[in-house]
Amino acid sequence: MQRTGSQIIWECLVHEGVRTVFGYPGGAILPAYDAMLDYPVRHVLVRHEQGAAHMADGFARASGEVGVAIATSGPGATNLVTGIATAQMDSSPLVCITGQVPSKMIGYDAFQETDISGITLPITKHSYLVTRVDEIMPTIKEAFYLAKSGRPGPVLVDITKDAQQASTDWTWNDAPVRLRGYQAHRIPAKSDMTKAIELIKGARKPLILAGQGVIQSNAMKELRAFAEMIDAPVALTLLGLGGFAASHPLNIGMMGMHGEAWVNHAIQEADLLLALGMRFDDRVTGNLKTYAPHAKKIHIDIDPSEINKNVRADAAIVADLRETLRELLDMLEPSSHGPWLKYIASMKGDTAVRDIQRLPDNGHLYAAHVINDIWRLTSGNAIIATDVGQHQMWEAQYYHHNEPRTLITSGGLGTMGFGLPAAIGAKFAKPDAEVWAIVGDGGFQMTQAELSTAAQEGVKVNVAIINNGYLGMVRQWQEFFYERRYAATPLRDPDFVKIAEAHGLVGLRAEKRAEVDAIVDRARQAEGTVVIDFRVEQEDSVYPMVPAGADLDAMIRRPEPSVLVETADDPI
Amino acid sequence: MQHTLVVLVEDKPGVLNRVASLFRRRVFNIESLSVGHTAEPGISRMTIVIDSDQVSAERVIAYLYKLVNVLQVEDLGSVPAVMRDLALVKVAVAGHDRATLLRVVDETRAHIVDTGEQTMTLEITGEPPHVDAVIARLEPLGIIEMVRSGQVAMRRGDTALSAAG
Repeated sequence: MQRTGSQIIWECLVHEGVRTVFGYPGGAILPAYDAMLDYPVRHVLVRHEQGAAHMADGFARASGEVGVAIATSGPGATNLVTGIATAQMDSSPLVCITGQVPSKMIGYDAFQETDISGITLPITKHSYLVTRVDEIMPTIKEAFYLAKSGRPGPVLVDITKDAQQASTDWTWNDAPVRLRGYQAHRIPAKSDMTKAIELIKGARKPLILAGQGVIQSNAMKELRAFAEMIDAPVALTLLGLGGFAASHPLNIGMMGMHGEAWVNHAIQEADLLLALGMRFDDRVTGNLKTYAPHAKKIHIDIDPSEINKNVRADAAIVADLRETLRELLDMLEPSSHGPWLKYIASMKGDTAVRDIQRLPDNGHLYAAHVINDIWRLTSGNAIIATDVGQHQMWEAQYYHHNEPRTLITSGGLGTMGFGLPAAIGAKFAKPDAEVWAIVGDGGFQMTQAELSTAAQEGVKVNVAIINNGYLGMVRQWQEFFYERRYAATPLRDPDFVKIAEAHGLVGLRAEKRAEVDAIVDRARQAEGTVVIDFRVEQEDSVYPMVPAGADLDAMIRRPEPSVLVETADDPI
Repeated sequence: MQHTLVVLVEDKPGVLNRVASLFRRRVFNIESLSVGHTAEPGISRMTIVIDSDQVSAERVIAYLYKLVNVLQVEDLGSVPAVMRDLALVKVAVAGHDRATLLRVVDETRAHIVDTGEQTMTLEITGEPPHVDAVIARLEPLGIIEMVRSGQVAMRRGDTALSAAG
């Protein structure tokens, strides 16, 4: 049948199962937008293309499916860049489609021309420039295949306006994509498995480090069975949270810069680290020279370039994690490590209740309380998208995730402004889920225009602004490492309640601990998107903290409070 | 140490850019790079020389394989291989004994590929150290212009590198 390039774009998206796209129209993508009206796809009109990329990312992380963002050429395309880089660092499957000036004008500095396939080359899994209508289908098929297979990532498809306008005889090609230079599926090699088994059998203090790979290979059940089989504690990376239930007795919590102190100590004392779908990021290891000095390392990852990148592996398995764990389970006998687990529990001891019970109950609001309360009031069942900074770390510490894909956060790139659009994207992926954006007052203002998107699209997310009047994490670094010289970190914020109301949304404010429950309840019951301005303690810091590049067990701890107040009925 | 990487890539727009971008982004210094066709249509062959330790070379290879258009990578640093570099050198003839120059040409297996009134252009082919040595002998005579192709390499023996893997 005869189809224009624009129609082929939508035919392909529909065939790939896409029902929702996030985008912003403009000259070079106009033909595609015109054709869109004839296809069963919901278009979400964002207020800035960065929002489209983050929404597509949030959609992808909440659903496990490919998220799609659309933009025009030039500034439309460059506005996607931060969102694409965010997705690349966190291995999130995205397909970004951009319009490009007509092929005859490429290279002549035409109006709104930019080399977006070149610009995004180092921040995508792959990027394409399509100049002929016949290339559109094979390219979009490849883009989806690349985005979601192997280690997922963003793919950019730049399509010239003339390719969108040209017609061709077209039928959907069902044949699977084959790329000569790309190996998506890898199975574990026998010899690597044998070596890993040997190390596991010889370990007395094994520790599992689970990352986002657990969630992406859908290996939650297998991880649980594996941890129980070898009786090893499980520590999680930030992006791994939810991959192993927080409530499971073997879950000892998050590792790294703002991880649990006992977890970091356990890593330093372990004799075997089992790194599953994680990449030994610097925020996780601290000083590499002194990292886990007593431990042999088994590294399992789908991406061969992660092996021996930061930490030298004694045994490495490059394969799908779920399949690998299944095979390991077949080859292993149950073992037990009671003394090791007991030892870690003893380190946990009184610090298990940690800061939250040590915060002075002076009526002031503390971020930790707010997030812990949201966790309690939502029964831990909400999908939470965060921005980046103190509130993000407090979220990781005080919202306990039992299910995968319930924490959506920019880990690798650390992108402020990610939270609100990611939450909106997640809501489109999981319309029945309760979705919260937990953001800081700084990051929120970077993409706050997307409130308008939420209002126009009629989606409900609850936005909790942890408002301390500072760029809090930067302020914390200034406090610790720059003698409290607060260069450019104090914020004079707008009235967030009025901002919400200006969008026709509900705005609420809480300034005292006692107000939190009622406010959260009101937000949950309100029909549309709600913005809550939580006015929290201004100069609170996230503890513990491993200073960047310091030894993992050299943590800054919360100073002993002068007044300890019992808040025993507070669940942690 | 030096690593000579042979990289078979799909001959598609931007592939050289992708490879070069990878080395830049991961902070590896390329000592030489040469690209050309292979016997198979649509497949190009790059020879890339880098100075790095073994662990870093392994990292580079893993990163190269992540590029969708890269089909095969071989490190010839540790296997017997034929290495060749080619240089064209324009040398001043005036100001010294022409015979001196001709003797260098004769002794070093260089070829005279062009002569002008004031200059002579030589072609030198061989293992990179050989080319270096010839150039060192030509330097006192006055090198006016020089170009080197960058190293190309191939494994010795019957083992062949093929895009099919």
